[in-house]
Amino acid sequence: MDMKVAKKLGLKERYTMMTRDLAWDTTYQPMDKVFPQVTYEGIKIHDWDKWEDPFRLTMDAYWKYQAEKERKLYAILDAFNQNNGHLSVTDARYINVLKLFLGSTPPLELMAGRGFSMVGRQMVGAGPRVACMMQAVDEYRHCQTQIHSISNYNKFYSGLSEFAHQQSRMWYLADGKSFFDDAITAGPFEFMVAIGFAFEYVLTNILFVPFISGAAYNGDMAAMTVGFSAQSDEARHMTLGLECIKFMLEQDPDNLPIVQRWIDKWTWRGTRKLASVGMMMDYMLPKRIMSFKEAWEIYFEENGGALFKDLARYGVTVPKCFPQTIEEKEHITHQSWIGFYMKPDAMSFHTWSPSPEELDWLSEKYPNTFDKYYRPVYEHWAKMEKAGKRFNNKTQPMNCQVCVTTVKYNEPGDPMTTCFRESIYKGEKYHFCSDHCKEIFEHEPEKYIQTFITSHQVLQGKCEPEGVDTDAPDFKPGSHMMEYWRLDPDVQGDFNGSLDQKNFAAWRELATKN
Amino acid sequence: MTMDLRTITIQPLRQTFGHLARRMGADKPASRYMEGTMDLQPVENFHYRPTWDAEHDIFDPRLTRIVMKDWYALKDPRQFYYGAWVLARGRMQETAGADFDLADEQGLAAGYSAEGKQLVNKVLLPLRHVAWASNINNSFVSAYGYGIAIAQAAAYASMDQLGIAQYITRLAISFEEIDALNEAKTAWLNAPEWQGLRRWVEDQMVMQDWFELFVAQNFVLEGLLYPLVYEKFNAKLNAAYGPVVTMLTRFQREWYAENAKWVDTVLKAAAAESPENKAVLAEWVHNAKQRSIEALTPVAEIAFGADANSIMELLVGQINARAIKAGIGA
Repeated sequence: MDMKVAKKLGLKERYTMMTRDLAWDTTYQPMDKVFPQVTYEGIKIHDWDKWEDPFRLTMDAYWKYQAEKERKLYAILDAFNQNNGHLSVTDARYINVLKLFLGSTPPLELMAGRGFSMVGRQMVGAGPRVACMMQAVDEYRHCQTQIHSISNYNKFYSGLSEFAHQQSRMWYLADGKSFFDDAITAGPFEFMVAIGFAFEYVLTNILFVPFISGAAYNGDMAAMTVGFSAQSDEARHMTLGLECIKFMLEQDPDNLPIVQRWIDKWTWRGTRKLASVGMMMDYMLPKRIMSFKEAWEIYFEENGGALFKDLARYGVTVPKCFPQTIEEKEHITHQSWIGFYMKPDAMSFHTWSPSPEELDWLSEKYPNTFDKYYRPVYEHWAKMEKAGKRFNNKTQPMNCQVCVTTVKYNEPGDPMTTCFRESIYKGEKYHFCSDHCKEIFEHEPEKYIQTFITSHQVLQGKCEPEGVDTDAPDFKPGSHMMEYWRLDPDVQGDFNGSLDQKNFAAWRELATKN
Repeated sequence: MTMDLRTITIQPLRQTFGHLARRMGADKPASRYMEGTMDLQPVENFHYRPTWDAEHDIFDPRLTRIVMKDWYALKDPRQFYYGAWVLARGRMQETAGADFDLADEQGLAAGYSAEGKQLVNKVLLPLRHVAWASNINNSFVSAYGYGIAIAQAAAYASMDQLGIAQYITRLAISFEEIDALNEAKTAWLNAPEWQGLRRWVEDQMVMQDWFELFVAQNFVLEGLLYPLVYEKFNAKLNAAYGPVVTMLTRFQREWYAENAKWVDTVLKAAAAESPENKAVLAEWVHNAKQRSIEALTPVAEIAFGADANSIMELLVGQINARAIKAGIGA
């Protein structure tokens, strides 16, 4: 009789049997044909087995945990919707946060999902592949739960209905789109630094903590629940991003300069992308949680600083943009809100002048800059609004060729001068918002000359709704922008006087009085 | 703030998102599957061409020979968005987990006959590598496929296959056959009877047309392999050695029945689109069938000896019937 002794597997050994041991080196097809993308970026990997699994989750455990989370989440969403939860938010202005969020975030979660599917296919090691694939399906989760939580608001408020259509057409969503398009068109390792590390590790707290706390603080239980529920996934994603950086740096000293350049580039691109999140914190939440400046200090300067101290043993230095972001934290949210306020007819969310109390809050939070540079602008605009001439800038913006944001930030060290940079490439002139963006361009000009900038493309007749004849003799480029965007007329104009404002007040009245 | 809204009806301004209303031809509530799927993939104004494929856009319909007017016609009949998928798998893993626990507690696996175990080790254990290949191949479809309908379902299928590879591994652990896992891997890498199948899945790993890969992997190879192993071979084990293996492969059987519905629906929609699609699909099915029969026959021989050919013929008949039903023709 067979009396062999039962082998007891340790946790790590068991997980190895469940993942890496499934893989083999192909021989009927060469490995570099099966995994064709892992060398062209210049990253050298000598031993994929050295990858340390950042978490050990087999599929049955994954399904178990995630199913429990999903059951709770959707029960709360259903209850919130059934009870007209939208009327319990602090103020109808809050819903504009959701409009900006719906346009910018779920589509990008989806891009992250597709990107991780691609990297999950391309990585040679079974360890990173499994972790990436798991993150890919998590990103589907985030995209969909965000849409599902905001779906009910769409039934009652303007500006949410066309997010899927607008994701590739709306001028102010182009910065996020270019961020993810840039990452996904890079190689698998750069994608991991861009999304896995810079975005998920260094910057994600600035995006999610304010958004989730903002939702909680303003009575939006649906968005709050989605956010909290996503956090446990994010914790896994962060460890993956960090492990990937460490793995690359431990594999070969030649990887350091490449990785450092990516860290510099993507931290800067992320910083630019997050200006609109800061604007949401400082201007759009009726009940504010903290200023963007305070959040930046905690989550970027302190936490990010500590992280880079930890990575110093690999030779990594803090991102090159670090000092500039510290200077800019006192300016960018104000400059962003000013930029959006002046385009009330061209956005899928409302803007408004801060109230006198809100101006005082901003003065208190930004003692060095607000009263000196920004309060006068708002007071001037409030006067114009009172006189029936709300400021409305009808001109086309100039956009940065790299980050695609409108060129509106100040010259370092000089808050009264707008920062412009330019570069000539093959006889064409390109414009930038900053030295960092200019540098990114000059390192990879063939990539960034492709950037799709609405204000340029529109003049070439490339931003027209279906059915417009661009060859017609009387064709005037850009005369159908509202149709091209499918912009809801109800979301145009200032918040004051908007349909949302009226409806919310009337519905609340119904709900609270006889 | 609490509000009593029992008597209050607020008239919604609209029932659903614009892109869904246009699809449905009316403003009416859409399912969560539709909200989480339709029209979400960007199709225009891409900023950059991939540095790894400068000839194509990030998402590009030209990456397959199949042509669709609407890529969201490739719907998932299970309506799996993430939440629905994970709840379905959550239930399945609960049952499977309980089965494994019961088998371990009652010593059912330990009591399985040595002869039966040997057969299981030889036939079933190398298949964890085939499931891993399917995981890789479905991840290719989820990465480069066009439209979220197909991409998300393939992403879930790819995770399902990882789960299946892990359930096979767990069966070996339950049977206390760790050494047999190593032997099975050696067989997978070197034994002549497995090389046809290994060559075939490695060839699939370099297929460039994601839809062809979908057909080869999910329709043809799995369409022969799963009935061969989890129906026919399982029935043989059941009759000879008792139902333990049936219990410990329950996930695979349930999964296959459900997954095949998705695969058939996708093929049917693509074939119905145009005679050109139908012809391309028929060509792919034909090629993949030849390769799969060649690759699987030696495996069937390990399992069934002299009966292998007649069983393979039967299974090919089933695949042909499915192809006809999907509108492709045999």
